[in-house]
Amino acid sequence: MESPFPLGLLHYAFGGVLIGLGVSLLYVATGLVGGTSSFFSSTLSWFSRAPGLREERYVASRSWRLVYAAGFVLGAFAFAVLAPGAVAITQVPAWQLVLGGFLAGFGARLANGCTAGHGICGIASMQVPSLLAVLTFLATAIGTAHLVGWLK
Amino acid sequence: MSLARLLCVLAGGALFGLGLAVSTMVQPEVVISFLRLKDLGLLAVLGSAVMTTLVAYQLAPRLLKRPLLGGAFQKHAVTPGARTILGAAIFGVGWGLSGVCPGPAVAGLGTGNWPLLLALAGLFAGAWVQGRFFAR
Repeated sequence: MESPFPLGLLHYAFGGVLIGLGVSLLYVATGLVGGTSSFFSSTLSWFSRAPGLREERYVASRSWRLVYAAGFVLGAFAFAVLAPGAVAITQVPAWQLVLGGFLAGFGARLANGCTAGHGICGIASMQVPSLLAVLTFLATAIGTAHLVGWLK
Repeated sequence: MSLARLLCVLAGGALFGLGLAVSTMVQPEVVISFLRLKDLGLLAVLGSAVMTTLVAYQLAPRLLKRPLLGGAFQKHAVTPGARTILGAAIFGVGWGLSGVCPGPAVAGLGTGNWPLLLALAGLFAGAWVQGRFFAR
């Protein structure tokens, strides 16, 4: 490995600060914790009668989580307008996106958190189980990505 | 929920989405390149996001009685145990396979990265199966 950051470091660090500012604004203004994966379950609570998807925490948060997700799209859209052509259309095969998305959605909801919920909010509130979750998903993700790379 | 609260939620989400786009996390190839340990940029994204959030999470409840727009400071609900670890392990396999996690799957649509709709469909399906058959 020539450099640990062959594409530069600044845009990564700056983007991370923006993400942190978003989660911080949400918390300081409203007290809400800005994880992301609950959005899928809370949105499904509008359509499903399954008790596991009708939990109070989902029904109570589904409106703001939908607005929060709309903000994600809006913020990323602003970047696309300011820097046209900066984001390439992904070449990752469709089956990997669908199956990987499925496992990520299932696992994140079983663990009650993803890279945002455990990775950012959980660690920032100094919760040991979140740190363990992050170390676990980093390990299995690094293993899986290497395996897929070798098989290609 | 009041208009001011909703606007703050929207603005918070917009900053998050902008950050995901600026840091190129909306591109699965960049995430996969990290997971193959070819570009450690994702650690810088996570690190700076955590440090920024840490300041707010630790200071706000000490300096303010309640959030600026009312309500109460909530806590990320974490339960230690096998479910969290098993779920995280499965999440990682999916993340490693696709290079997509929930935030970028949503934000990526704003940059016109349309194939991420496939990942988004998978994420919803996975969350449905969890909620329907594997709820606590």
